Amino acid sequence: MVSFRTSLRRGFDRVERCLDLAFGTDWNPLAHLGSIGWFLFWVVVVTGVYLFIFFDTGVSAAYDSVRRLSTVHWWHAGLSRTLHRYASDLMVVVMFTHLIREFAMERYHGPRWFSWVTGVPIIWFVYLSGITGYWLIWDKLAQYVAITTTELVDTLGFLGQPIARNFLSPDMLSNRFFTLMVFLHIAIPLILLMLMWIHTQRITEARTHPPKGLAFIIIVALVTASLVIPAPMQAAADLRTVPQSINIDWLLLGLYPLVEMVPSGVIWGGIAAFTLLLIGMPWIPANSGDRPAEVFLEHCNGCERCVQDCPYEAITLEPRSDGAHFRFEVAVNSRKCVACGICMGACPSSSPFRRKGDLITGIDLPDYSLAKLHDRIIEVSESPSAQVGSSRVLTLACSHGAGGQPAVARVEVPCVAMVPPSMVDFIISRGLADGVCLVGCAARECHNRLGKKWTMLRLAQQRDPYLRARIPRERVLTVWAGPTEENYLESEIDAFAARLNEMPGYENVRQMVRKDIAKASNFVSSERGKK
Amino acid sequence: MSNRFYQIVFGTILSFVMILGTAILSSGLVWQSLPADYALLRLSFIESGIRDCRNQTKAELAELPQNMRREQVCASRRAPVYVELDLNGETLFAQNLPPTGLLGTGPSRVYQRFELPAGNYDLTVRLRNDPAKIEFTKIMTRQLSLKPAQSFVIDYKEEAGGFVFN
Repeated sequence: MVSFRTSLRRGFDRVERCLDLAFGTDWNPLAHLGSIGWFLFWVVVVTGVYLFIFFDTGVSAAYDSVRRLSTVHWWHAGLSRTLHRYASDLMVVVMFTHLIREFAMERYHGPRWFSWVTGVPIIWFVYLSGITGYWLIWDKLAQYVAITTTELVDTLGFLGQPIARNFLSPDMLSNRFFTLMVFLHIAIPLILLMLMWIHTQRITEARTHPPKGLAFIIIVALVTASLVIPAPMQAAADLRTVPQSINIDWLLLGLYPLVEMVPSGVIWGGIAAFTLLLIGMPWIPANSGDRPAEVFLEHCNGCERCVQDCPYEAITLEPRSDGAHFRFEVAVNSRKCVACGICMGACPSSSPFRRKGDLITGIDLPDYSLAKLHDRIIEVSESPSAQVGSSRVLTLACSHGAGGQPAVARVEVPCVAMVPPSMVDFIISRGLADGVCLVGCAARECHNRLGKKWTMLRLAQQRDPYLRARIPRERVLTVWAGPTEENYLESEIDAFAARLNEMPGYENVRQMVRKDIAKASNFVSSERGKK
Repeated sequence: MSNRFYQIVFGTILSFVMILGTAILSSGLVWQSLPADYALLRLSFIESGIRDCRNQTKAELAELPQNMRREQVCASRRAPVYVELDLNGETLFAQNLPPTGLLGTGPSRVYQRFELPAGNYDLTVRLRNDPAKIEFTKIMTRQLSLKPAQSFVIDYKEEAGGFVFN
């Protein structure tokens, strides 16, 4: 499972690198699947509302109105119908790609269960929306869909009489059935919208619309493709005959041939098993993830930076409870915290320069504390192999990108934004390295959503906590590279080392005292002993 | 020209190709639901089996209040309906259809489909709604000529005199 997932993740990374070239890293569609899904939903809604103006409900009126809008009014209503159909199909493609990608990135365990589980009913409601839509046209495909669907539903046996009987002969089908279908085709997408809204709760700055440029590209491509291949209409439904060969929509109706081929029990069992498997995945295997962040009130002044920077809305501001003269304190919701450490990087108390007492900050990770990071950095910098050419480069790498594997002079962290800017200052001003390389995920998307954004803003002194001005910016390198870009990372580090070699040494170095180095080494050894 | 211009061009071309692929999957591939020279025969109806009824004795009636004295009392559960369908003298379907509902108070129902090669058939369909009797309640026989893609339905409506062919 792990190697399969790793292969899948690396596969995605390679495809995304190609798409980076075609679209640019900020418009890469694979990094915006959720927001593209939203965008397509709104395309479907707008075109659907427009089509409703021209649509008549009724056994023969439905087909006639759709044929009229597809022929006489092809350039606006017919185009809307094709857009409506292809955008719905694309939603299926986007939805499953999103699901597989989140699986590959392992973003469904632990506190992320909520987004994963709430995504499962969305799958079925997208299908139900599509199925009820096909029904309305009342052509041969609609007849096939109506009969196959009702025959499958009837096998559940909970309805008073088989609904498939409505389609036995022309005189058994009433116009009111179409009114019901129109109602369902409006009600189901409304429920879908509500589910999509629930799906995006629990995350900060949820992206519900793609970048404008990407949206423009998608709409231009959709309109062009719709003009090139307009959505076809099949012959009018006729209940005296049975559809034999049908051009089915393999994206929205791909299960229908299977429904015909296997017993209904297998279909319902398969649907139930697939749904339960998806819902249960966050707990398979049982979650053994890192423990959530902890607050240390004696070092927290309630400044709110961690609240603003948390990508998962896991930290809230609460009234002060310890009698200190600050108005607020922060509290961590352990059910939402994914232990990315971004809060630690945001905390102004996360200063490695402190020499008295233990290195404790206002908000810290139990499994990867500021003290541990500090001591690990010192240990790595002391290693003789930390030299790259004639310069010493210390790399702080996010474990989800190209720097995710252990290497010389490299310290891995859950997210690059976990590293407080003062730590970069500390490394350079204490002479632990000539330069610091911060390595994050690929530029297109941060594994923890906002790590790249906050890191860049902190280094650019646009978001607290800043990297102090005394640290020359040319001594800090940021590299954004996905898991398959190890060679690119190596070449960037080599080039950085060569540039550092050309520079005069940093003049404000204050070397660490030996006892601090010894203390750090002892801490790291004892941590290893515990493991 | 800037990278962005090329990205818009290449991005649009790639998206266009992707959407064309989607369009082909959406409507370009045919599914043969039923072989070309086949027709569909469906047997579907809703019919109630009889209920077990008996006349009350005079003593039983005397014990009841005036307004509840009915000559006949019936069990709420209905009997199953038995149906047989023969084609060219061979039984295609024969089943006891149990009453619906948790307590068996509802009518029996059937919806069965048969895919048949187009052609001529001798069709006989029989129904019995009282299991205590040996003879069938209704029997109907007819010559059936099925054309390719034809949908032929056998229904049952008591008020229409029995089996109805659509």
